[in-house]
Amino acid sequence: MDNATNVTMVKQSISTKVNTTKNSRKIYISLMKFFMALCVVITCAVTLFIIGYVFVKGLPNISWELLSTSPSYLSGKIGILPDIANTLYLLIATILIVLPLGVGAAVYLTEYAQNKKLVGIIEYAAETLSGIPSIIYGLVGMLIFSKSLGTSLMAGALTLVIMNLPTIMRTTQESLKTVPNGYREGAFGLGAGKWRVIRTVVLPNCIDGVITGCILSVGRILGESAALLFTAGFAHTLNGFFSGLSSSGSSLTVALYVYAKEQGEFEVAFAIATILMILTMLINLSATLVGKYFERKRSI
Amino acid sequence: MKSKNFERIVHGIFLILGLVTVGCVLLITVYLIISGIPAIKQIGLTNFLFGKVWESTSSNPQYGILPFIMTSIYGTAGAILIGVPVGFMTSVYLAKVAPKKVKAVVESAVKLLAGIPSVVYGLVGMLVLVPAIKNIFNLPDGSSLFAAIFVLAIMILPSIISVSMTALEAVPKEYEDASLALGATPIETYFKVSVRAAKSGIAAAVVLGVGRAIGEAMAVMMVAGNVANMPKLFGSVRFLTTAVASEMSYSSGLQKQALFSIALVLFLFIMLINATLNFFLKREKER
Repeated sequence: MDNATNVTMVKQSISTKVNTTKNSRKIYISLMKFFMALCVVITCAVTLFIIGYVFVKGLPNISWELLSTSPSYLSGKIGILPDIANTLYLLIATILIVLPLGVGAAVYLTEYAQNKKLVGIIEYAAETLSGIPSIIYGLVGMLIFSKSLGTSLMAGALTLVIMNLPTIMRTTQESLKTVPNGYREGAFGLGAGKWRVIRTVVLPNCIDGVITGCILSVGRILGESAALLFTAGFAHTLNGFFSGLSSSGSSLTVALYVYAKEQGEFEVAFAIATILMILTMLINLSATLVGKYFERKRSI
Repeated sequence: MKSKNFERIVHGIFLILGLVTVGCVLLITVYLIISGIPAIKQIGLTNFLFGKVWESTSSNPQYGILPFIMTSIYGTAGAILIGVPVGFMTSVYLAKVAPKKVKAVVESAVKLLAGIPSVVYGLVGMLVLVPAIKNIFNLPDGSSLFAAIFVLAIMILPSIISVSMTALEAVPKEYEDASLALGATPIETYFKVSVRAAKSGIAAAVVLGVGRAIGEAMAVMMVAGNVANMPKLFGSVRFLTTAVASEMSYSSGLQKQALFSIALVLFLFIMLINATLNFFLKREKER
């Protein structure tokens, strides 16, 4: 065999190899592009569908009568005012209790704690808490709080406190870390004690983290159902704040579950779902706005 | 001297507040163990974990939770199988490819998806997915493992997307620049360099998804049918979470104790998943 044919053969094989790799690269790239587009479309379509479906089914069923009355067996009509009130009581009670606990824990971790091991343990505990499913919270809440307080909103609120503790702690901690050390040193230099520094310099500067944490917690409390089912119960009676906390009551989510699954009242269920969706949107919006506001304030 | 004492008291108060979290974890663990052990002792560990029949209300009650364990594993695996590819591809697009405006819109959609209460997922699944499955596959009832898998897949999407997006965005730009300079196209760079560099973060996202899926109760309760069968794709099934929830309101005695034992098993699963998650998060942080 002469050399020339050999060379052309090699050249050909190389060029086909290059071409096939070129082609397979092209196919790979377009495949990946296609799958990415497909998946983004799926994600958006699912979101839009759920929102659209709930709104279409639920909006026509929201009426003033539904929002402003209690359910009555006499007239057979359903009203969700007690559920709205209960949700509100739960929110207030939970936030009022969880705020000092969460902020206090965050202050301890960033301002006081010197023992690295202890910090590690506390942070690991917080991570563990945020991973525990709500049904287990519900069960433990039932064992601990409902046994001593009875099935009541207060038992539900205390269960929610444990669930939301890590959230408040984490957001506060993040914003405490951004308070410049110079602030603290300046205050110490002026002769202030530790508590005074925390009260007058550190805490006012971490307000953004506290607010963000509150918004996140409100969202989580509004959407929670499994943890409330066995701690706060199902009752639909309208109570005042303090009598409400000591008696059983269903939140909006629990009411949705009961109306949909146990009573087949899908119109009411969709009306509640619509309200919950609107609230979720408002919460997301306010979280974004608050984040932007504090970012701007900080950059000034 | 007085102020020194005062500072010491304040320090003590904050220490106590810091330890509340640890106390809560201990309280939950201790309560679950104390209330979960008696039933396991009475039923026998192997009978409890590997028994295939759950008939808690019959005259000769049997408490085997293998159906629940298998259903939870199958359901979670199914949700991961569907949710992870979709979430992963979406996160690569959002983190690397998407124009700013598109990214903002899709991101807020994902956030919304994360905020939707699980009962709303359950409601929509109950009235859309379940009838659709019934009609398409010609079944007597659409409430099934299949429906639950779909609902779970959608519910874990936001966590998978946001965690893997954070990991992808943290990949140093130099890695990508080097790959581009060697002649790789942007898409090749994202999938072969960025994804590989962010792999422990993406693994963490998957594990987080597993945790979410295995712990979800309400949405699953509304679409899975709640019969204690061994898992069948188109059969009515009961998960570990729904097993606890569905009988809690009327149970008593050994039956109730057995429910606590189920919760203990679920808790052990979750602890295992949390440990895995922490492992991956730590590796991601070290990078």
